[in-house]
Amino acid sequence: MGVPAGIRPHEYDAVIVGAGGAGLCAALRASGRVRTAVLSKVHPLRSHTGAAQGGIGAALGNVEEDRPEWHAFDTVKGGDYLADQSAALVLAEGAVEAVVDLERRGLPFNRAPDGRIDQRRFGGHTRGFGRAAVRRSCYAGDRTGHMILQTLYQQCLKNEVDFFDEFHVLDVILDGRTSSGVVAVELATGDLHLFRARAVLVATGGFGRMYGVTSNALASTGDGPAVLARRGVPLEDMEFFQFHPTGLRGLGILITEAVRGEGGVLRNRAGERFMERYSPLLLDLAPRDIVSRAVVTEIREGRGFPGRDAWGDYVVLDATGLGRAVLEAKLPDITGFCRTYLGLDPAVAPIPVLPTAHYAMGGIPTDDLGRVVPGPPGEPYQGLYAAGECACVSVHGANRLGTNSLTDLVVFGRRAGDHMAAFAAGSSQARISSQDLEPARERIVRLRPEGGLPRPIARTLRERMERLMTDKVGIIRTGPGLAEAVDELGELRREWRGLRPRDGARAFNVERLDILELGNLLDLALLTAASALGRTESRGAHAREDHPSRDDERWLRHTLARLEGDVLSTAFRPVDLSRWKPAPRTY
Amino acid sequence: MLLAVAIQRFQPERPGASGRQRFEVEAGPDERLLDVLVRIQRGLDPTFVFRRSCGHGVCGSDAMIINGRERLACRTLVKDVAAEGGGTVTVEPLRNLTVVRDLVVAEGPFFERYRAVRPFLIAPEAGAGGRERRQTPEERSVIEDATNCILCAACFSACPVVAGANPRFIGPAAVIQAGRFQDDSRDRGFAERLAALDRPEGVWACENRFACTRVCPRGIRVTKLINTAKRRIAEFRKGAGRAPS
Repeated sequence: MGVPAGIRPHEYDAVIVGAGGAGLCAALRASGRVRTAVLSKVHPLRSHTGAAQGGIGAALGNVEEDRPEWHAFDTVKGGDYLADQSAALVLAEGAVEAVVDLERRGLPFNRAPDGRIDQRRFGGHTRGFGRAAVRRSCYAGDRTGHMILQTLYQQCLKNEVDFFDEFHVLDVILDGRTSSGVVAVELATGDLHLFRARAVLVATGGFGRMYGVTSNALASTGDGPAVLARRGVPLEDMEFFQFHPTGLRGLGILITEAVRGEGGVLRNRAGERFMERYSPLLLDLAPRDIVSRAVVTEIREGRGFPGRDAWGDYVVLDATGLGRAVLEAKLPDITGFCRTYLGLDPAVAPIPVLPTAHYAMGGIPTDDLGRVVPGPPGEPYQGLYAAGECACVSVHGANRLGTNSLTDLVVFGRRAGDHMAAFAAGSSQARISSQDLEPARERIVRLRPEGGLPRPIARTLRERMERLMTDKVGIIRTGPGLAEAVDELGELRREWRGLRPRDGARAFNVERLDILELGNLLDLALLTAASALGRTESRGAHAREDHPSRDDERWLRHTLARLEGDVLSTAFRPVDLSRWKPAPRTY
Repeated sequence: MLLAVAIQRFQPERPGASGRQRFEVEAGPDERLLDVLVRIQRGLDPTFVFRRSCGHGVCGSDAMIINGRERLACRTLVKDVAAEGGGTVTVEPLRNLTVVRDLVVAEGPFFERYRAVRPFLIAPEAGAGGRERRQTPEERSVIEDATNCILCAACFSACPVVAGANPRFIGPAAVIQAGRFQDDSRDRGFAERLAALDRPEGVWACENRFACTRVCPRGIRVTKLINTAKRRIAEFRKGAGRAPS
């Protein structure tokens, strides 16, 4: 086809959208074999992988006995048996090779005295199928994600990968079940670009910005899954959103679980180590959903510290027992966060914390090769891949264990990169007609300044969405609250359509980007609330007051939620239970 | 409290709107300056633009000049800057880079210098059997400081050499990023990086003015590491029987 005027064309074999850990891993694997381009909304080194702190889980067994099979079991149990068990084994087995590969590419892991990669404890990771905590997290201080991101980007420079920095994805072109390219806007100029590609990987990360208090970056707005949802791809298990129990009170900035891995404990106002009552075996290192609910319960039952401002009561994370040497050597960044934001020295004073919206277990449904599978029925799309937080393999099930996000993005980023390169090498470019570019053009061309009628204000819509999601689609949910959330999000989406920017500039139009991102968040928020309303049980991170028990008979299955225009529909997919029989989840 | 913020604007598509603009905005003392800037952009003037992402000082997006000094807006609290400078907080784009719009600068020249030093591990892949390499905790601790660099360009903006004597100086961050590998016990690429480092625009341009060290939001002892890089290059030449330039 002739590209319409005003759209700048590019042609590659493989196009990767997103330059965090998953996108960069895939780029490293694909770029040696086929012509590969990486698009990223922020400069790759600004990606949110860089904020991951505590570690990457892999059963290296460097400091005590460990096995990938134990890691896989912990992942399945941590996910409240909703994880696909073969995929969890792929994760755990792939983790060992992936971590060694990162080391060989230069990642500066902390070292044990014998010179091998050091490892430490993290929530829910055990030896012997749950007998006791195990040291499985490989780490670089509390900057593990930063080091992974830097190392992968360095290697991409070495391999001369083509980067398109500060390009925002508007659409992935799908013709039936075949993907043929990506449309993006270049933020520096406002120009539209078409990237023809035989294979497309979506690796845009999370969407914690649906919530008001989150550890996620401002850029974490779920652009990839929202784009695919609008193209008719169902999203899987969206009701499962992880709240990390220890966000810095008020700001939501993450205080890594490694603080507890190194010996820190949570305490209520009476000074009690309250996790003794919720998880007698793993205590403060129970999985995050359990610890977050414990924090909420302590506060609801009046045992929190009184908070006089809008953030309300809270609990504390007591790291005073670690000693200054451990804090400075192994947790330097969080020590700095406490000093900067709270004027507090964690070696001396406990840290005020509250749960913070942290991680999407759900997302774009894929198989363990990274191929997007809409099922049922389960034939994968041709040339369409997803990896990292935006994807749902599912290895995390209903609740992700700490350190498994970094493991996920390197293991499945690599696998997706390998498969997409092989696929691209053996296929031809699908045709793109000018009709295929319409959804992207429609979405952005509409966003021109307009006088006349008063228009809704993006900021107000955003604040309403954040409040709604926090109040009604948060840590503890009820049926009526979720039903209200679905209705109100529908209304917010209608109001969103009336938004127009006041800024008419082409270069770095942040207001227009804000509106596009808000539109993505609203679509994902609606899918999250609707999936949560449908699931009438409590499992992992999804806790329903009106349905407090896990119900394996009815709900041991994945949700696939689809949004066509304003119409929601739901289908289900069975869970792979090939290895372990679901059992009560106690710690 | 009502906070006065004076922002250096540059609007290429509306030249009349450039210059210093003053906003008054409600702000809490414990808020990040980033929160205040987002409030200005979303509430008062949507044409005001700047980069931001992680919001807690690890991504390096929001380096800017606040009350005359390079800082990250997300690591700067209102109470720490409100009292400086007579009650008005001034905000300007980084120096030594071309301004694209408002606080957004063209990062290209900064990252080109970074790429020039070959900032990646150079090591033989063969014969290691795909196992992890050993590195003692002591060897690892040598590179600790340099690995914290987030390439926010604060040091490059503050560098008086780039601003004056030698605009083509590769700058502090590029030297730090090179040194992180030059000093890594696993690396074998020392000589390969000298093309970028061992020349008048390389490490030798540094005049030990310490501006980089003063502004680094990660607290890296930048000048000290630049001097380490100089010393190691001098030693390398001595070993190779080459005179220093």
